[in-house]
Amino acid sequence: MNRHLLSSADLSRDDVETILATAESMHDVQKRDVKKIPTLRGRTIINLFFEDSTRTRSSFEIAGKWMSADTINITGKGSSTSKGESLRDTVRTIDAMAVDALVIRHHASGACQQVAQWVDASVINAGDGTHEHPTQALLDAYALRNRIGDLDGRHVAIVGDLTHSRVFRSNVITLGRLGAHVTVVAPPTLMPSGIADWSKTDGFAASWDLDEVLEGGGTHGPVDAVMMLRVQRERMSGGYFPTAREYTVTYGLTRERMRRLTAANPDVAILHPGPMNRGLEIAADVADSPNAVVLDQVSAGVAVRMAVLYHLLSGETGEAA
Amino acid sequence: MKTLVKGARLLGGQAADLLIDGDRIVEVGSLSPDGDTGVVDADGLVALPGLVDLHVHLREPGREDAETVATGAEAAAAGGFTAILAMANTTPVTDTAEAANHVYDLGRATHLVDVQPVGAVTKALAGEELAELGLMARSRARVRVFSDDGHCVADARVMRRALEYVKAFGGVISQHAQDPRLAGPDACAHESELSGRLGLAGWPGIAEESIVARDVMLARHTGSRVHIAHVSTAGSVEVIRWAKAQGVEVTAEVTPHHLLLTHDLLSSYDPVWKVNPPLRPEEDVRALREGLADGTIDAVATDHAPHARHDKEHAFVDAAPGMLGLETALGVVSEVMVRGGLLDWAGVARVMSVNPARIARLDGHGQPLAAGSPANLTLVDPTATWTVDRDASHSLSRNNPWHGHTLTGRVVATFIRGACSARDGHALIPELVGGPL
Repeated sequence: MNRHLLSSADLSRDDVETILATAESMHDVQKRDVKKIPTLRGRTIINLFFEDSTRTRSSFEIAGKWMSADTINITGKGSSTSKGESLRDTVRTIDAMAVDALVIRHHASGACQQVAQWVDASVINAGDGTHEHPTQALLDAYALRNRIGDLDGRHVAIVGDLTHSRVFRSNVITLGRLGAHVTVVAPPTLMPSGIADWSKTDGFAASWDLDEVLEGGGTHGPVDAVMMLRVQRERMSGGYFPTAREYTVTYGLTRERMRRLTAANPDVAILHPGPMNRGLEIAADVADSPNAVVLDQVSAGVAVRMAVLYHLLSGETGEAA
Repeated sequence: MKTLVKGARLLGGQAADLLIDGDRIVEVGSLSPDGDTGVVDADGLVALPGLVDLHVHLREPGREDAETVATGAEAAAAGGFTAILAMANTTPVTDTAEAANHVYDLGRATHLVDVQPVGAVTKALAGEELAELGLMARSRARVRVFSDDGHCVADARVMRRALEYVKAFGGVISQHAQDPRLAGPDACAHESELSGRLGLAGWPGIAEESIVARDVMLARHTGSRVHIAHVSTAGSVEVIRWAKAQGVEVTAEVTPHHLLLTHDLLSSYDPVWKVNPPLRPEEDVRALREGLADGTIDAVATDHAPHARHDKEHAFVDAAPGMLGLETALGVVSEVMVRGGLLDWAGVARVMSVNPARIARLDGHGQPLAAGSPANLTLVDPTATWTVDRDASHSLSRNNPWHGHTLTGRVVATFIRGACSARDGHALIPELVGGPL
């Protein structure tokens, strides 16, 4: 496995399988009364968050702490431009303190890839702009597999603001690695440019018609799971869609859509990376329904991040705990 | 003092000798030196009228850590230029006669190249009120080219008034064509599958083309002259070709980087590839080359845009846009257009000297290599192959996209008003300009 985790594309199917297997044993640790294991004792991990985050930052922090690493959080909102310091200077300053890993969240796409060229530490992408969020895709795969089993040949629909979603960009890769079929659904204004060629090259389907996909009438047939993406209300002022009401009617996972979905497949899994806009992209009942995997995703977050830190920092493969 | 340039192929054609006396070419033919004449052996070299660059950023006043007029002038001389137009987006902005004269005087003091200030179209480049266009035109600097470059004159009414107003003194508006509603401040990558995959905000060709289309119609309506800066898409070339066929007074420039580099370089997220307008796909590059070859695009202009390292070493979207270009322009044009079979050396003279001088109304530049012309000339070795080294540069900045590129065709010497200003890539220090060779 590479020293860095910058993109989901850095991980082969074997890498993903290895991380998810390690995450299983980490998940067992999580269920113990005493959660601390000595695996990363003496290692220093910096969570460098240039952009707000609650769940990703806290789950990386817990992951490091449970593995006995020293974890430090550095947060700085806004671009480093505004502070008069270049990104390179900022990260090299931190790297000079002989840290082992930099977990980076940045508002700019590609920031982690750039940083990896400037520092000696391992760089883990905790979300870079609208580019990627590889650990999110791993935890989604983990939670989904625990719910519906092997993903080979299974059909996952990803619905929402694809243009601005790093979750979509990483998930389409990782789900693909695990053999799942993916259909992405959004209005044309929230589809990234070039999606037609992109989806063809990478073997996923793209649709503007949510009902057709949910009813199994799309390229990949009936769905086994639906991942709803957060739609920011600011997108309306950007003219991406007219009103929240219209968005919900056309692309929301409403109670009515959920009823039809469970009628066809009672075991359908509903994912959402959070934070949810209840009533906009997902109805409150749906978010709380037994089909929802949302809290499993959060819970998996710690175990999966422990597994990622373990494989990147220990340079070993196999059982850890 | 007299200088005899011996055996240069004039515009790549017949070899001839050029006798320079003072600041003029006085004789062209088969000549022998007399006693006090310095001789430059130009056997195998191509002689071009001194190159003229319609579009450079010199950063002085305001950001002298990135470039000064003096260092920019050195880079220009080394790159074969005898005149450069310095864009107005300095601090303060060149939007008054005083500011224009300041840049002009700094340029004169270099003795290396004529630095002609470009005036802002609007006050502080804000796009709202006209700057003192007439006073800049009447100043010692005799400003004729006006541009808010870095910003588009987006308001159609402001653009219309500016086009009309500069007619009174033969001015031209050089438009940075970028509809800010279609390509906002975060737009930094050609809108395409690649920008989608990279998660970089798209800068679609239409944001340029819609402004080009609007402005050629405004030029037709007002009977004014409009110049399109750094044309980057096939669609813009098409619109300009159509407008020229209608008799619209439109001219256009293309940068060396848009003639060779393509947007796939952005997958590294290395900000050295960040430039505005962004690098485009192969099909646009092809159309730009064809447009330059068939005369739709009049000129090559570098958009030389030096930036301090700490302004480039940010995340891609946050990094300053722009690339160096003065020292490499001739090499890139030689590589792409001459060796690519699209232009001969007379064509290079047209797009890098004659046309830009005409567009900017610089009477002393872009003149024929003939007796009576000002002795502004550039000697080029068309077969010299060299590898660009960003550290071997006169510029204070290092954002050089050509670092490591091997180019064939290199400037050997530059003469401004009879004085040698650069030899073999090295500008002469001002005290030595005009001294013995």
